[in-house]
Amino acid sequence: MLEITNLTASAGEKDILKGINLSVNAGEVHAIMGPNGSGKSTLAQVLAGHPSYEVTGGTVRFEGEDLLELAPEERAHRGVFLAFQYPIEIPGVSNAYFLRSAYNAMRVARGGDEVDPMEFLDVMEEKLKIVEMDDAMLSRSVNMGFSGGEKKRNEILQMAVLEPKLAILDETDSGLDIDALRVVAEGVNKLRRPDNAAIVVTHYQRLLNYIVPDYVHVLAGGRIIRSGTRELALELEEKGYDWLLQEALA
Amino acid sequence: MSSEIEALVGREYQYGFVTDIDADTIPPGLSEDVVRLISSKKAEPTWLLDWRLKAYRRWLTMTEPTWPNVHYPAIDYQAVRYYSAPKTAKPLGSLDDVDPTLLETYKKLGIPLNEQKMLAGVAVDAVFDSVSVGTTYKAELAKHGIIFCSFSEAVHEHPELIRKYLGSVVPYSDNFFAALNSAVFSDGSFCYIPKGVKCPMELSTYFRINAADTGQFERTLIVAEEGASVSYLEGCTAPKRSTNQLHAAVVELIALDDATIKYSTVQNWYAGDENGVGGIFNFVTKRGKAMRNAKISWTQVETGSAITWKYPSVILQGDNSVGEFYSVAVVNNMQQADTGTKMIHIGRNTKSNIVSKGISAGRGQNSYRGQVKVMPKADGARNYTQCDSMLIGNACGAHTFPYIEINNNTATLEHEASTTKIGEDQIFYLKQRGMSAENAVSMIVAGFCKEVFKELPMEFALEAQQLLGITLEGSVG
Ligand SMILES: Nc1ncnc2c1ncn2[C@@H]1O[C@H](COP(=O)(O)OP(=O)(O)OP(=O)(O)O)[C@@H](O)[C@H]1O
Ligand SMILES: [Mg+2]
Repeated sequence: MLEITNLTASAGEKDILKGINLSVNAGEVHAIMGPNGSGKSTLAQVLAGHPSYEVTGGTVRFEGEDLLELAPEERAHRGVFLAFQYPIEIPGVSNAYFLRSAYNAMRVARGGDEVDPMEFLDVMEEKLKIVEMDDAMLSRSVNMGFSGGEKKRNEILQMAVLEPKLAILDETDSGLDIDALRVVAEGVNKLRRPDNAAIVVTHYQRLLNYIVPDYVHVLAGGRIIRSGTRELALELEEKGYDWLLQEALA
Repeated sequence: MSSEIEALVGREYQYGFVTDIDADTIPPGLSEDVVRLISSKKAEPTWLLDWRLKAYRRWLTMTEPTWPNVHYPAIDYQAVRYYSAPKTAKPLGSLDDVDPTLLETYKKLGIPLNEQKMLAGVAVDAVFDSVSVGTTYKAELAKHGIIFCSFSEAVHEHPELIRKYLGSVVPYSDNFFAALNSAVFSDGSFCYIPKGVKCPMELSTYFRINAADTGQFERTLIVAEEGASVSYLEGCTAPKRSTNQLHAAVVELIALDDATIKYSTVQNWYAGDENGVGGIFNFVTKRGKAMRNAKISWTQVETGSAITWKYPSVILQGDNSVGEFYSVAVVNNMQQADTGTKMIHIGRNTKSNIVSKGISAGRGQNSYRGQVKVMPKADGARNYTQCDSMLIGNACGAHTFPYIEINNNTATLEHEASTTKIGEDQIFYLKQRGMSAENAVSMIVAGFCKEVFKELPMEFALEAQQLLGITLEGSVG
């Protein structure tokens, strides 16, 4: 589904990604871990097409297409979804309107018709249940004054509404209390299907108890320095990253 | 990013056409003779001519204000034509007789004047250059005792009302542009809502500048008697021309005890091209006087004009009176706007509310200038001011000039201000959710302006959203 080969990227003068190789198949969940500042969010943003980052080399193919050639909204239309580490606030725009606009934009891009507000209410009712969110959140401005946890839950709500093929979750577990973590993780699990995939960026192996990954990768200094299975996450929790970094240097 | 945004805000001006019609136009220049000529063309009574002449003599002693934060080449007042009226076979004023060319013009502007196609629930007075060409729903309104007609007609039909109220809120000596207008004003609208009457439909005036090198100087006077209420809309457009044209209007509102006047404007005069060539110089004095328990509410969406100089204000004369000002001002390319409001608290427990949203794009410069003045007897006066600016791109500017003068220590004033740059991150977030750059920007802009747009009457909200190329939440389609 996703094939990343020798991907390098920079922001301004700074080289951040220094040759990423990663291959994700339909039905898989990949966890990406790694120290602060190692380039995890950068990878996520580059895949989604953020204009602050310049791709300096390598290729990314998504379902056979050159992903890097596509505009951010086209990538979204193809089914690439990014749950932001820091969700953005949009004053004066209600969450319901935002969600419906996104939902309709996707439908139209895929050759369908827009749904009207009444039809969309039915869609929402079901999705709100997945993230156990109160519909009062729908009438508030997008992410404005949301608590950290509410923002993350709202990202998963968007994911539930848009039903992506490839979901990239950037630290969606950070700042969540235990209950919210369970809800978010269950939400992600409910949306798992044999024909979609997820890349889950996290610092905590705890999340991986809920969302069980097929592979775990360690990103450090802009490279994937180790890949393994779920056991790797447990090992990292126990030993930290230092031993891996030492090994990588050696 | 910014090229996409600018493509959006820099939409083609749709109203820039010229109507080819024979006009009675006087030569350029201003003198007492010109003032007399305008007055005689309108067959005005002597008292009005005298008032004009006093204004003209006063104007000669005044100088153009230099304090606004706008820059423009000196205006040659002798190069302006002060009167131009379409020559029509039949007298103006009756809709049955309106010249088809003019009907066509208004149809193109989206303002159908012929009876079958009239805007439902909105009465329109159509002002073309210096004259009103027709007013719809007059008879219907007359059943309620409401007078809605052109200013010229009101001078003849209702001289006692005009004499009583003309200049009572904006005296001819008020400022340079008000004095000029008082000397040469040619037409405008007059509305009178009798005691206790709630006007059953929206009243509106549509101003169109057509003739070249001609200024438009209209006056609007709205009087709401005790307990009356009215919602009034004003729209304006002009052809695209490479020379600047002058527009200096005066609007006076009188809300007697317990009356309510809601005045909404969508100002879309030609703004000039992307290099700042052409466009309307818009110098407008708008002020209302609110008596006991009365409420005056100004809502404006200012998107046009090369230069805008405009401060719709409220004199809160009576106890418990309320003044409101909701404004969205958009500047793009080389446009400059210096706009805001004045709230003068005189009565006790008077309240004012100011919400100003400035959007600057291109090389546009947007200034908010607002005064809140609390007089010694205004016990318990309250003001809330919110003033937000949004910058689109790096070459534009936003400025705020708040003036506060408090002469009573029981007053409560709150002021909030913010400046935001339309964020790459916001746009990216919306694109990541599948929206196009255009839709992303329009959503962000609509969100920013929401508090003001919700004050606009329905018909106007639609026009405003079309103008800004944005879709309002909750609107169908
Ligand atoms: N737009 C940018 N401009 C300049 N430097 C950037 C930019 N974005 C990221 N960086 C830098 O690149 C490095 C990687 O940042 P990134 O956000 O990808 O790290 P991360 O692995 O997600 O870290 P964390 O675990 O703290 O979220 C950091 O040193 C960061 O400061
Ligand atoms: Mg990160």
